[in-house]
Amino acid sequence: MGELLAQTALNALYAASYLSLVAVGLVLIFGVMGVINFAHGELFMLGAYGVVVFYADLQLSFFFAIAIGLVFVGLVGLGMERALFRPLRDNPLGGLVASIGFLMVLQALAAMGFGVRMEHVPPVTQQVISFSDKVHLAVPRLYVIIAAVVLLTALWAFLKKTQFGWALRASAQDPEAAALQGISINQTSRIAMFIGAGLAGVAGALTAPMVSVNPHMGHSVIVAAFIVIIVGGVGSLEGAVVAAVAYSLVHTFVTTFYDGVIADIVGLSLMLVVLIVKPTGLFGTADRA
Amino acid sequence: MPKAATLSIAWLGLIVFLLALPHGLSFSQQEILVFLTINVLLVASYRLMTLTGEWSLGHVVIMGVGAYASALYAKQLGVFVPVSMLLGAVTAALIALALSYPLFRMKGFYFLIGSFAAGEIIRLLWKRFRDPFGGPKGIKKINPMPDFDIGFYSFDFFEPVSYYYFALVVVGGSLWILWRIERSPVGLTFHAVHWQDKLAQSAGVNVRAYRTLAFVIASGFAGLAGALLAHYIGTINPNSFDVELMVFVLTWAIVGGTATFYGPILGCVVLSILNEVVLRELGFEQMRPLIYGLILICSVLFLPKGLESVVQNYLRRRNGKAMAEKGSAA
Repeated sequence: MGELLAQTALNALYAASYLSLVAVGLVLIFGVMGVINFAHGELFMLGAYGVVVFYADLQLSFFFAIAIGLVFVGLVGLGMERALFRPLRDNPLGGLVASIGFLMVLQALAAMGFGVRMEHVPPVTQQVISFSDKVHLAVPRLYVIIAAVVLLTALWAFLKKTQFGWALRASAQDPEAAALQGISINQTSRIAMFIGAGLAGVAGALTAPMVSVNPHMGHSVIVAAFIVIIVGGVGSLEGAVVAAVAYSLVHTFVTTFYDGVIADIVGLSLMLVVLIVKPTGLFGTADRA
Repeated sequence: MPKAATLSIAWLGLIVFLLALPHGLSFSQQEILVFLTINVLLVASYRLMTLTGEWSLGHVVIMGVGAYASALYAKQLGVFVPVSMLLGAVTAALIALALSYPLFRMKGFYFLIGSFAAGEIIRLLWKRFRDPFGGPKGIKKINPMPDFDIGFYSFDFFEPVSYYYFALVVVGGSLWILWRIERSPVGLTFHAVHWQDKLAQSAGVNVRAYRTLAFVIASGFAGLAGALLAHYIGTINPNSFDVELMVFVLTWAIVGGTATFYGPILGCVVLSILNEVVLRELGFEQMRPLIYGLILICSVLFLPKGLESVVQNYLRRRNGKAMAEKGSAA
């Protein structure tokens, strides 16, 4: 029993890692630009297809494929900012619809380029770290955990220590006041979009060998990410990470001991309970959103 | 010509057009027409909800509540089908009333996601519990509408045309009721709750009660749309009411525009015809979502006030011209 618990906790840690990468990007984009990026799950999907192309098909190194994924998906994010979200800055519902339209475009492009069947990505390594007879951690999963810790720490340092980070947080708090202080909203939006999209791309790329890569894989990720950012409080990066860990723990344990559908129901019900008790999420403030 | 006469001729023309429409279509297009008629009710009821300023992502699941309830009443309890449809609508309204207690603690983005979560929980319950909801496979062989005869026309509900006429009457009646509600003092208060909720509150309006009322009425009509759908296709399952259809409803409303009563209906009709008929006929089967997505993006970029703004501009220009002519004649 103790070993089962330990194994489930490790699985939850892995789930929390990629989920927080996706959710933090979503929060960053919402915080700076005030738009809910429904296409975020498809950016995750793009990162996974980057690994399919560069690692599985072209036989390049896995980490090189991930680096390309990060830059490529980040650039797609920049394109979205310029073409969709900047012209629709004063129109949040318009931004929502535009991101839904972009989601359909990306899914259709993936389906046309690769087919709707799931892609096979060969495992990066067969290595497994064994803590005991029944408690194992596959090394590819360890990569995801390490990447999440490193990237989120780097993001935290960037936001708190650099001037760009200050500017970003200022325009998230109050875009108009920030603009009056000479902070370029276009500039901070670009940075937020590049980082947010890039994090989703990295998460998709790192998990590609362990999940079924298909054009619709973004759906379940975005639903979980929405739950996480709501529970954490929209606009709170710390809240997103805490909520990602909590959600993954609950979801993984319920899946292990009952089944996946019950786990989804429990996850969604917990989110409703949090919202009923504190309608702005655990770390949220009233004036945002 | 006096304005009233022009208006009644326009209405008459529309009715004749809607009655004649199915006879010029192929069988599969007639089926699409039935779905389109039902979706018009769905999106019009959605607009009543958005009048109070809240955007729900649970509306399609509420429609599903009406569908499941009506199907189960007819199948398990042997309720006469038209009655079960009404009971389905009432059930959807009651479920919405129960959901409104937790949901209306939230506003804006939180409400959007909260309503999505509530809907998804209901959908997963259908999926998980085989008895009575039939699990992932849903409910099959739902009792069809009984055929009947009204003298000059006999309804045979295996024909899409007959069901289309039936749906047209139900949807038309519902739209008239929705329109009356919007024009009543209650409907005007919905507008006030949206645009000036603090002011409305200080004027003694119970904002939350009005939000709940709009939500419950809208859900009742969505449930009716669901019941119409269930007894037409005969099979419903949890995936019939998933977030994909919800996204379509949302985009119909936003692309059409929600400032007028006809905006969302216009969006639903235009986008559905583009997606289901034009793109299919042109042979873009695989590229359909791609083109549809591009249409969505272009419409919010270049028509930010929705398709309704095109109609409004046209009417304004025509009225302006009429005024000018009147002026020059005098």
